[in-house]
Amino acid sequence: MIKFIINGLLRDRNRSFFPIIIVAIGVWLTVFMQAYLTGVMGDMIDTTARFSTGHVQIMSKAYAENKDQVPNDLALMDVAKIMSEMQAEYPEMTWVKRITFGGLIDIPDVNGETRSQAPVMGFGIDLLSPGSTEINTMNVAKSIVQGRLPENPNEILISDLLADRLEVNLGDAATLLSSTMFGSMIMHNFKVVGTIRFGIMALDRGAIIADVGDVQHALDMEDAAGGILGYLPNRIYNDDTALGIVERFNQRYEDEADEYAPVMGKLIELSDLGGYLEMAGSMSGILIFVFVIIMSIVLWNAGLLGGLRRYGEVGIRLAIGEPKGHIYRSLIYESIFIGIVGSIIGTALGLGCAYWLQVVGLDISAFLQNTSMMISNVFRAEITDETYYIGFYPGLFATVIGTMLSGIGIYKRQTAQLFKELEV
Amino acid sequence: MKKLLIGLVCLVPVFGSGQTPTGEEILKQVDTNIMSGNRAITSTMVVHGRRTTRTITSKSWIQGTNKSFSEYLAPAREKGTKMLKLEDQLWMYSPQSDRIIRIAGHMLRQSMMGSDLSYEDMMEDRSLLETYTPEILGSESIGDRDCWVLKLSAKVDDVAYHSQKIWIDKERMLGLKQDLIAKSGKLLKTITIKEVFLVEGRWYPKRMIFKDVLSKGKGTEFIIDSIEYDVDIPDYIFSKASLRK
Repeated sequence: MIKFIINGLLRDRNRSFFPIIIVAIGVWLTVFMQAYLTGVMGDMIDTTARFSTGHVQIMSKAYAENKDQVPNDLALMDVAKIMSEMQAEYPEMTWVKRITFGGLIDIPDVNGETRSQAPVMGFGIDLLSPGSTEINTMNVAKSIVQGRLPENPNEILISDLLADRLEVNLGDAATLLSSTMFGSMIMHNFKVVGTIRFGIMALDRGAIIADVGDVQHALDMEDAAGGILGYLPNRIYNDDTALGIVERFNQRYEDEADEYAPVMGKLIELSDLGGYLEMAGSMSGILIFVFVIIMSIVLWNAGLLGGLRRYGEVGIRLAIGEPKGHIYRSLIYESIFIGIVGSIIGTALGLGCAYWLQVVGLDISAFLQNTSMMISNVFRAEITDETYYIGFYPGLFATVIGTMLSGIGIYKRQTAQLFKELEV
Repeated sequence: MKKLLIGLVCLVPVFGSGQTPTGEEILKQVDTNIMSGNRAITSTMVVHGRRTTRTITSKSWIQGTNKSFSEYLAPAREKGTKMLKLEDQLWMYSPQSDRIIRIAGHMLRQSMMGSDLSYEDMMEDRSLLETYTPEILGSESIGDRDCWVLKLSAKVDDVAYHSQKIWIDKERMLGLKQDLIAKSGKLLKTITIKEVFLVEGRWYPKRMIFKDVLSKGKGTEFIIDSIEYDVDIPDYIFSKASLRK
């Protein structure tokens, strides 16, 4: 039976060619979109975790309430003690302290007066401790365009775009004008030893990277930090694991009335990515649903056209006594074959395009000039296990549903009218 | 800040009882008072932050409305920091970095020394009548003082606050309260005079509270410890070279 149906499809290309093209296009788009969304969302999560929130982050309650303003006057105290406790409790995790700060970077002329200046977003990270993981986490070494990593106190890296704008050369002095944790104004001299480009416009527009110890000293934040970031093993985020750690930590401090008591949050809450991730999680389902509906309608129409073309054939089959149900089922079997072939072709095309986007990427930096979101300038797709089979759902369902709808006409044929119709 | 501060100061009343002055006349008196000669002011600023309270003392030399030079005397972290304002330009010097930095652009809107005042507040030196159109809203009492209530609407674009509401003591012609309002109508800052004193025939605010209503701090107290009028200020004071001295 199956061999008979397949032979029929192969010998009568009009019966299969158009539906296979429709299915292949739909599957292609489904596969490509799934890989694209997975890549973009995965990159967004990874970038946010590495540069902004970690997988979990401990802050003071007051800081957490206003974290978007990076209020270092509300910073977390007793950082060394909290870090050692966390390290003892979760030794498999990596715990680091970070300070994010805003200010003005001022480049002096030969008289020590302002030559050029610009607002900056600064990151105080552990650059100088032996065995620090931060250089790797923030991909600092690979992001250096000119110069070297800071090796001595008061050496900084400055974003390459900013260095161009300020006409800064390696070895130049740069003065940070900012506020201490207690509100005093500070002017702290640094030496520029390298320029960096992370490929993230929010940072590349105007970031400076300094050792966290220097920043603590400059901002009067001894044993204080904006936050302690925790990374799960192998830097792979797991929301359930993070939630467990957060709940356990926060239970200890839930009765603390002190607004500067520590509080922990997890990546999804801290980054406001929850909505995006929920959307991305349901996106595969939405894609499949939309393509099944659209393709079903298209294939229903194709089936109706095919039904007209095969009107005589179905009539003869009914006339020689083939049951209507049998004919109907044989059309469905045909559609399953078409769905499988179309899905294979579409999946292959989708995988090809997704692979291209995974390797080459799509540079969207022109659209990110003013964004503050931690997203890469280059969008890349990511091929996952799901990418290989996701296209088969719309491919098969759409063809079967389309055929089932168009094939209903078979049951409306009247046997008594067949010969009259065939005479025509 | 000088404008905000001296905007609250007027001469002893020139209007007879029963005579209602116009808003322009009131502001003109305020502005006449602003255009005083040289002054030397020693002041204390108590910044009531959310976490700590800091007390900053400074001495300022002011010539008219365009030139001022301030040196911070305490605490240790701020000691030796100097600020020079010439026309619409502002420079700061810090002895720790031995740098002279020009404060410009968005930095002018930042908090000065962690207080509720911005550098822009410090910079504003034009007369009230030059920048605002006054409208008398009526009379109200603040404590036991009878006040004119004026609404000031900006008539120039580059003013820090789009409108202000000011309560002026009718007898002393001294502003006792000021609301600084954004273009959207949102209240940005309030200034409340808590104590006044008479210096050489002028009523002057002695202690005032600045409050940035958008911040969660507890406000900044500004206290005039002493003020001297018509002091001799050498010209070199108002130069960048004096910042490093």
